[in-house]
Amino acid sequence: MDKNKQDLHKEYFNLGVAFTGVPSQDELAHCPGVPTEMRMQHGRVACIECVQQIPCNPCEGLCKFGAITIGEEITNLPKLHEDNCVGCGLCVAGCPGLAITILDRSYSKREATIDFPFEYLPLPAVGAWVDAVNRAGEVVCKGRILRVLKPESYQGTAVICMAIPQEYLNEVRSMKRLPKQDRRE
Amino acid sequence: MKQVTADVVVIGAGSAGLCAAYQAAHAGADVLVIDENHLPGGQLFKQIHKFFGSRVHYAGTRGYQIGQQLLERVQDSGAKVWLDTLVYGMAHDKTLGVIHQGTHYTVQAQKVIVATGAKENYMAFPGSTLPGVMGAGAAQTMVNIHRVLPGQRVVMLGSGNVGLIVSYQLMQAGADVIALVEGAPKIGGYAVHAAKIRRAGVPIYVGHTITQVLGTNHVEQVEIAAVDAQFTPVPGTEQRLEADTVCLAVGLNPMTELLWMAGCEFCYIPAFGGHVPLHNWDMETTIQGLYVAGDVTGVEEASSAMEEGNMAGIAAAQALGLLDVCDAESRKAEIAARLDVLRSGLFGVRRRTAKQQQLNAMDVSMGGASHNG
Repeated sequence: MDKNKQDLHKEYFNLGVAFTGVPSQDELAHCPGVPTEMRMQHGRVACIECVQQIPCNPCEGLCKFGAITIGEEITNLPKLHEDNCVGCGLCVAGCPGLAITILDRSYSKREATIDFPFEYLPLPAVGAWVDAVNRAGEVVCKGRILRVLKPESYQGTAVICMAIPQEYLNEVRSMKRLPKQDRRE
Repeated sequence: MKQVTADVVVIGAGSAGLCAAYQAAHAGADVLVIDENHLPGGQLFKQIHKFFGSRVHYAGTRGYQIGQQLLERVQDSGAKVWLDTLVYGMAHDKTLGVIHQGTHYTVQAQKVIVATGAKENYMAFPGSTLPGVMGAGAAQTMVNIHRVLPGQRVVMLGSGNVGLIVSYQLMQAGADVIALVEGAPKIGGYAVHAAKIRRAGVPIYVGHTITQVLGTNHVEQVEIAAVDAQFTPVPGTEQRLEADTVCLAVGLNPMTELLWMAGCEFCYIPAFGGHVPLHNWDMETTIQGLYVAGDVTGVEEASSAMEEGNMAGIAAAQALGLLDVCDAESRKAEIAARLDVLRSGLFGVRRRTAKQQQLNAMDVSMGGASHNG
């Protein structure tokens, strides 16, 4: 099977996140936290891939712009109001499920950017080329690290901004862990 | 044998016990907290991830920071804490047999709150006694408390939140989790936790189990196989994985020994991990003045343990006459409402049904004299 057919095959058999740990295309399409393609072209916007009802609502309180609402019933899925979102990224660091990224198609003609949470050491260096991975941890393409933010207010979670080719923006969601460094060296 | 008395004794200084102790001491009770570990906090100090839940329940805060906050509150409240202290028995009149700093004590209190938590289940298979096979909780203690990596290549059995979270934390500590194996056809824990470890490249094998672990002096290979609807391994589906560590995350059961000794009545609720003590909304058992809180009442999670601890502490203080009745009742109603929220949604409804069953059994046992809050 060639690569494309394999992907289709996998997608066909992805019954959803509760079976595979990877949200299916159908789940993502119905997810109220995912922005429109048009909004991504305008610039930085949150993408909340939270597709399963669990009792959790920190994101709603973190957003200063009213761009995320959950409501009284805390098992509701977070709803993104994409026109209110300024792409500040506070929710990326604050989501306990690490389910939020910031996507931006306006970065350049060839490249888009993704900000994702990352809680593994070592952190990548700014300017480094790393392996960008999809929701199943498979390497999709190379990514270039633009920023690594880890202020105290993020409570230990780093938020990494990475440039990737435009065509992979809907696929890439993180980067491959870097090899552990021996601290004694 | 020395004798000690207190208004309230709390057994267990974890999420539930620390909240109960704070509430009772804050109301003015003379409180003694006893824990067999040399550090307080129960499981909280092992939890390095950010907690889920409502913003009113510390959501977004890492577990060990919650533990620190609870502990400071208890220390400021004037409660006394005995660590490294064993409660080896409880008589029917609630008198406790205690060993503290090498000395035997009998401890008597008007109100006893048992918040002893839960312990890990084990699963036997050929090779399960080889060094390298351990509980997921044990592996978590090793990496997050003692800073020792149990192995480099881990196979995790069980996809509940414990299995998913500990897999993530083992990778944060520098190990590779080469497979997560789950007997059921679906992942048991939160999808976001599963998605996190999938992004890190961990394959999840649902509908699979470990059939045997091979190795001479320690774990060297793990054989997994697909299972049928009866959880029986299907011949011909076996595959062998190179690994040095196997973690078992196959559930927990409440630590109820003291409650059995004291003569509490129990019911059997599989969703709560086995036999659980009957209790009313005040968290009081069938023995007057004996309260329970947290996982010992049925395995749930830290937020509900904290709320049950708050409930038991306030109820005990109220029963001692330390709180204004209206004030106590309104605070208990608020806690009950928050517990209700925690037991809602896809994942909470099973626990809500189980808790209702337990409360109903209490009603029947007490002859319908309900304490509904």
